[in-house]
Amino acid sequence: MDFAIALWLSQDAVTNGAIYALLALALVIVYTVTRVILVPQGEFITYAALSLATLQAGRVPGTVYLLIIAGLAVIVLDAPALARRKAWGGFMASVGWNALLPLLVAGSAWLSASRPDDLAVGVLVTLAIVTPMGAMLYRLAFAPLANASVLVLLIVAVAAHYLMTGFGLIFFGGEGLRTRPFSDLQFQLGILNITGQSIVIVAASVILVVMLAALFGRTVYGKALRATAINRVGARLVGISIQFAGRLSFALAALIGAASGILISPITTLYYDTGFLISLKGFVGAIIGGMTSYPLAAIGSLLVGFLESYSSFWASAFKDSIVFTLIIPVLLWRSLTTQRTEEDEEI
Amino acid sequence: MSRAISRRNLAVAALILLLVAPLVLPEFYVTLLNYVGLSSIVALGLVLLTGIAGQTSFGQAAFVGIGAYTTAVATTFFAISPWLSLPAGLALTFVVALFLGFITLRLSGHYLPLATIGWGIAIFYLFGNLELLGKYSGIAEIPPLRILGVPLGDGRAFYFLIWTITLLALLAARNLLDSRCGRAIRALKGRTTMAQSFGVNTARLKIVVFIYAALLAALSGWLYAHFLRFVSPQPFDVNAGIDYLFMAVIGGSTQVWGSVLGAAVLTLLQEWLKDLLPKVMEQSGNFEIIAFGLLIIVILHRTPDGLVPYFARLIPLDSKRMLPLSARPLSARAQPRQGEPLLEVRRLSKRFAALAAVRELSFAMRAGEIVGLIGPNGAGKSTVFNLITGVLPIDSGEVAFRGERIQHLPGREIVRRGIARTFQHVNVLPALSALENAAIGAHLRGRAGVLSASLRLDRAEDASLRQEAMRRLDDVGLRNQMLDAAGTLPFGSQRMLEVARALCADPLLLLLDEPAAGLRYREKQALADLISRLRAGGLSILLVEHDMEFVMGLVDRLVVMNFGEKLAEGSPREIQSNAAVVEAYLGSVA
Repeated sequence: MDFAIALWLSQDAVTNGAIYALLALALVIVYTVTRVILVPQGEFITYAALSLATLQAGRVPGTVYLLIIAGLAVIVLDAPALARRKAWGGFMASVGWNALLPLLVAGSAWLSASRPDDLAVGVLVTLAIVTPMGAMLYRLAFAPLANASVLVLLIVAVAAHYLMTGFGLIFFGGEGLRTRPFSDLQFQLGILNITGQSIVIVAASVILVVMLAALFGRTVYGKALRATAINRVGARLVGISIQFAGRLSFALAALIGAASGILISPITTLYYDTGFLISLKGFVGAIIGGMTSYPLAAIGSLLVGFLESYSSFWASAFKDSIVFTLIIPVLLWRSLTTQRTEEDEEI
Repeated sequence: MSRAISRRNLAVAALILLLVAPLVLPEFYVTLLNYVGLSSIVALGLVLLTGIAGQTSFGQAAFVGIGAYTTAVATTFFAISPWLSLPAGLALTFVVALFLGFITLRLSGHYLPLATIGWGIAIFYLFGNLELLGKYSGIAEIPPLRILGVPLGDGRAFYFLIWTITLLALLAARNLLDSRCGRAIRALKGRTTMAQSFGVNTARLKIVVFIYAALLAALSGWLYAHFLRFVSPQPFDVNAGIDYLFMAVIGGSTQVWGSVLGAAVLTLLQEWLKDLLPKVMEQSGNFEIIAFGLLIIVILHRTPDGLVPYFARLIPLDSKRMLPLSARPLSARAQPRQGEPLLEVRRLSKRFAALAAVRELSFAMRAGEIVGLIGPNGAGKSTVFNLITGVLPIDSGEVAFRGERIQHLPGREIVRRGIARTFQHVNVLPALSALENAAIGAHLRGRAGVLSASLRLDRAEDASLRQEAMRRLDDVGLRNQMLDAAGTLPFGSQRMLEVARALCADPLLLLLDEPAAGLRYREKQALADLISRLRAGGLSILLVEHDMEFVMGLVDRLVVMNFGEKLAEGSPREIQSNAAVVEAYLGSVA
């Protein structure tokens, strides 16, 4: 391996690492707020990437129908409790978020499919399809289990992953799809050949992270999420709704997953079930960060990016095995250096 | 109560059903039931490991694979008897599990599930790539099992072997949980500090449970290989590992019988979906996986603790009765002579980052004394307890107990020397009875291990331990609540349970961390009586307490702490008139 290849691999590593870092952030947000290990995170990636590819092929993706059905299910589940409390305002809000919004999205998806060359509209519509799904997923699968053990939440997360993968296969078939690149730009920087797509990915990741930092640092919603993450009971006592925090964190995770999917879809061929492996690598990054620290999760994800990039150069067939095997010593080091007290353990 | 069904009758009915089933059901369903039995054995291991000990594993299928491949290779290629390949497979699994457990069980919390996915993937690739193991096409024509020379050719014959082994495994697991080691295993889930304080080697015990679960999986693998007479890597991949975890959770991951119920429901559900759904949907799509995911979610929404507790509500069972025990009493240690030096703390210090929790603290206790450690909130009193009992490592200084330096010993060695403690925040296992909780305190006074407990060879010793627990519960006034789940006891009773558990350790020095906090007046009086009685029996007591009235009437001497340092020391009368103490408590009078 010479220096040029090393640099080229590093560029690849940073590009992938940036995506894993985004996913790791999403997993950390969801885990700290709801104790759910978000196994279906990968489905948000594939749903977004393949929905965009379908739009670019001039068709309305099946995810739109899923959004409408899931929204109706939420209304049906919410209605009895709201009716009992005679909370008509709440009912109207539920109809607005879960019926009108999906219909609006469906309309714009139809428009977007008729203009397949408009990249910006396609991206926006895709984000609008996937993001509300996060909140609906929380409401349908996890909200009834707010007091369940981490193990039960994990099992439900795996079941939701199965469910969503199954839908993915129906919507998109078994064929792999790619979207058109955001930029055909390529230029030399010294001996390094830089592609526009890597710049887009890294820049978009940085922008997303800055936006998240602003959300968490400056807005009352972000602060509510942070409060819930630090102490669920305490947050509840000061009037933060656990359900609201759960929906918000899941919607954020879906948004981040969708953005990641859109960013990588021009450089990687995605299949209906590819998302799982990608998010698993984000998970590894998050775990290196101990599932609670955002900066450490980001650093861990970059490490995963480098491991993957270099191992794909040496032995590409075993790329994934190598990543997961080399992670073990890192985990060992983490678990030996982290002082855990008994009271911290969630049972 | 007359409508309650006795446990014995339920067990007999289930046994008859199991016996009759293969005689009346068509071959197809017998085969399904065989698969249910095979999965139950693996899921049972997960109930112990994940549901009860709290260690999540996605990698059990890999151990099934080791058991299956060992016997496949040994019997097919080397013509070794299956009855010899079974111990060989178990031995290999033991070694692999010991190694994996040693590296991965150090990974606490969420590291473990990920690590188990990792090794599950690794072992799967190993099966698929080794020439000896037939690569991805597997090994066919494995010889059948023979019992007394008769080959177990068909599913019906195999049925009885599988279910005999399954039932024996269930009984052994039930026995194990109802034993000294079983109680310690239950404490592994979120209560390791407490367990260590009563002498449980939690790190070692986690590995033992891990190996136990792995051996069950390997046993199932051995049966599988000779039942199907063909092995290939696919049934042992990570997805299969996830399925086993599904079974344990769906069935009820804290219940031994949950493994059977979960295995049955999941196996039948998957079969039914594969069979029925394409007919209903009139096309072969991948609707199974959607329906499967949906059903799992719906079941867990209905009954998050699994199906066994759900059915337990529907079928009222008679409650367990406790028989009076007449076991051999445990031998107790002799208390040291009154006035002999007992505990000496010299220049003890502990910092948490920038906060000096304990600074250069020194004090001493003699045998037979009751010493109170008092001070305002945050003075460092509980930290001193944690340093003495080895819960926290000390920064500097020395702790000597009966002349021996103990400051670098782990908690379980300190309790062995005769220091037992209670916890400021009640630290009991809520689902276990008060009796079982108290018996954890006597852990070091028994010797029976996992194997003798599984085989019910520990009964005499366990009766002695339980009798001791009953005696101590009686001492603290919980005679009538012995069989109640600890979590359902009122707060004051839980505090007294803490004391009873510590007494079960047969201590020479008892450390009570705020024993009167949250107690009502009468409960406080009862506690004061108890402490006086214990003192009369020669026990030495160090207690942290806030309630001045309570402390002043009980103790011989007081050590007052403020901001981590010793402020004063002396008799209650001296302390009450000490200006510095008054200022620390009431603030300076301007």
